[in-house]
Amino acid sequence: MPDPAVQADKLVREFKKGPRAVDGIDLAVAPGEIYGFLGPNGAGKSTTVHMLTTLLPPTSGTARVAGFDVVREGPQVRMRIGAALQEAALDPLLTGREHLRLQASLQAIPRLERTSRADELLARVGLGQAADRKVRGYSGGMKRRLDLALALVHRPEILFLDEPTTGLDVQSRTALWAEVSRLASHDGVTVFLTTQYLEEADVLADRVGIIDHGRIVAEGTPAALKAEVGRPTVEAIPASEDELPRLAAILERFGERVTSPKGVAVRLADGEVGLADVVRALDAEGLEPENLQLHQPSLDDVFLAKTGRSLEGAGDEDEEQAGLAMEST
Amino acid sequence: MRNLSVAQGVAWRTLHNVFTNPSLLLPSLIFPLFFFTAFAGGLSSITNVPGFDFPNGYTAFQFVFVLLQSAAFGGVFTGFGIARDFESGFARRLLLAAPNRLGIVLGYAVAALGRWLVTAAFLTVVALAVGMNVSGSGIDLFGLYALAVIVNLAAVLWAAGVAMRFRTMQAGPVMQFPVFLVLFFAPVYVPLALLHGWIHVVATVNPVTRVLEAGRGFISGDPTEVGLAFVTAVALVAAFSLWAVRGLRKAEAAG
Amino acid sequence: MSAFADQVYLLGRRSVVRTVRQPANVVAPLLFPMLLLAVNSGGLKAETHLPGFPTDSFWAFALAVPFIQGALFATMNTGTDLARDIQTGFLNRLSLTPMRGITLLTGQLGGVIVMSVAQAAVYVGVGFAVGVRFASGPAGVALVFVFMALVALAFGALGAFAALRTGSGEAVQSLFPAFFVFLFISSMNMPRNLIEASWFRGLATANPVSYLLECVRSLIITGWDAEALALGFGIAAAIAVGAFVLSIWALRERMARS
Repeated sequence: MPDPAVQADKLVREFKKGPRAVDGIDLAVAPGEIYGFLGPNGAGKSTTVHMLTTLLPPTSGTARVAGFDVVREGPQVRMRIGAALQEAALDPLLTGREHLRLQASLQAIPRLERTSRADELLARVGLGQAADRKVRGYSGGMKRRLDLALALVHRPEILFLDEPTTGLDVQSRTALWAEVSRLASHDGVTVFLTTQYLEEADVLADRVGIIDHGRIVAEGTPAALKAEVGRPTVEAIPASEDELPRLAAILERFGERVTSPKGVAVRLADGEVGLADVVRALDAEGLEPENLQLHQPSLDDVFLAKTGRSLEGAGDEDEEQAGLAMEST
Repeated sequence: MRNLSVAQGVAWRTLHNVFTNPSLLLPSLIFPLFFFTAFAGGLSSITNVPGFDFPNGYTAFQFVFVLLQSAAFGGVFTGFGIARDFESGFARRLLLAAPNRLGIVLGYAVAALGRWLVTAAFLTVVALAVGMNVSGSGIDLFGLYALAVIVNLAAVLWAAGVAMRFRTMQAGPVMQFPVFLVLFFAPVYVPLALLHGWIHVVATVNPVTRVLEAGRGFISGDPTEVGLAFVTAVALVAAFSLWAVRGLRKAEAAG
Repeated sequence: MSAFADQVYLLGRRSVVRTVRQPANVVAPLLFPMLLLAVNSGGLKAETHLPGFPTDSFWAFALAVPFIQGALFATMNTGTDLARDIQTGFLNRLSLTPMRGITLLTGQLGGVIVMSVAQAAVYVGVGFAVGVRFASGPAGVALVFVFMALVALAFGALGAFAALRTGSGEAVQSLFPAFFVFLFISSMNMPRNLIEASWFRGLATANPVSYLLECVRSLIITGWDAEALALGFGIAAAIAVGAFVLSIWALRERMARS
């Protein structure tokens, strides 16, 4: 078994007068894997990435990236990783091409290779035409693409992407996903990707670690995690408010009730086959719901099962509570 | 080798931004010229004060101060750029890419020097054009400019240390104020012998006074306290190097 | 009329409170001029040995400078505050009310005058502390406060004009070097008649700031110099009127646009 490309052991980061942002993370990412790190805002994703990329020292615990300790062997780590962080960190006064030239210099790419490497990467991320424009004129999507190109200048073994598609339109997001998949499958790059988007983790990641309040609450392939939660849910929206109690009583015969914003939802005890029984039971009672849907489990269901909260909106609550806690210290 | 590559990249980018943006370039050219004009032009009758015995005239007397002042503030302005880089997040890119992060500090120092050399050339040409009297030999003048280079290095290391500790543009006054004080509590307008009272005491112990007096000695062809001046300047560089390196470690620890 | 006065008072109070709540805006106009005064009084003391130098105390000679330097800061603060009002949309909100724009301008300038007079009190206090005595006596001290109010109005109106014209705090800040030049290329550090370089003397003579400095200086050193007072007050008044008229025009333009 090859050594993990990224390995963390009881990794902790505490901030002064603040909460424990990372509270004992253990993880191992195999070489060539796309590892999705999924969690709400404030869960500790970026803090973890900052530690793994040597930008922030851990308070305790250890981490090894590309076989090197992030604290004691930082320079060796940095030579082998690329990172596109949450803030693109671009200089508005430089052009895209000048950024690549600078990055190549920082990464000690031989002078003769710098121009060709820059041209190659600019073409790859679709910035060939905008290469000689100053970055302050770039759209958000263009900045993200440039950031990715900069992270790839030195052909890193491991790529850290911190919420790479936040704020992007659908087209840009899809293009970025395609590039990430290609990097892993063709170039064998290990990708450590943090995201708050379920779909992104579902589509891209070979394995997903779900983080909440600084701890990994679930880890595995998306399929395995969803299978753990298991059964699909059926959701019914009543035609009128008065029918809600009757609807609930019928559905609860077929499984445990789960949250539904508009109607009633239950997790079917017998799986998909239970749907037919639900329909028959509703028909027998003369109830015609306005809407009846079958939902397959999602990573949000996984998060809900593990934490009791939905992933969407969980971050906003946590940030508010963290803010209140900070004010009171 | 990698350190040099990092330093080269950082220096290139900083100088590129300064020389392609008039709003960054012009103040560093105009302000020293302005001070030179105001002091050498407005205060030239100070040569009539009994005891003022600088042989090369007030223009040369003030030129040395303004040259050293421009070197010092050139370093401070580069510090502003460092603070801006941290505030904008760009410094993170540098910290992430550089294997040995000392190369980043070296790059900023090289940029400060490059920027100042242009200012120094401009100032020198103007001073000569208005008839500044220079009696120093080539070696003397080399000594003068060498002192200024060391002052520039000391200032950028001071400012870098502050910038990396505070990591915000609001640290500008913290960088600037002490440099202003140290410069102006030296014999700016008259020789040390013509200062009296508390200012004489302060100027006597002020390390910049040694550098300034040596510089004026160089330009007048009568080198004085040269060894002490260079030792003082190099000691400042050594002290502020430690300051800058510790500032870098603090920035790294803060993430 | 009382409604106008009431509104001017409220907006003036707002201007003062805003300044006080930004410590840098209070400390800088006090600290930097005092520092420069201390440095120059020590470093340029030898000037008093020049034949014809009007006093043997360089403190007395240099004390006039902080008053005018403080006015520089008044320009910046007024301009920056007004620019912020424009950028945050406060001026737009104002244009939706019966309150006239001139009330905002007057209030803002009133606030600046109050702050400048307070600063002047500090400078006078420092002067007394280092042994400077006004040759014009208590009446001269009182007149300095009046003069400072006028200079603050003049420079504040300049800052207001810059802000109203550009709508940008950065543009106002970029004026600082220009004002700095006016301060230094003047009789700030040397009496005009003792400036040797004729070209510099000519510039200083053409520079209105020289007369503002000399007005204050005359009250400290000379006593009652009618020419210096007339020139100082006259120039300050001319700048004040001109800048105020320009500010009103710029304000009308801006409120018409918004």
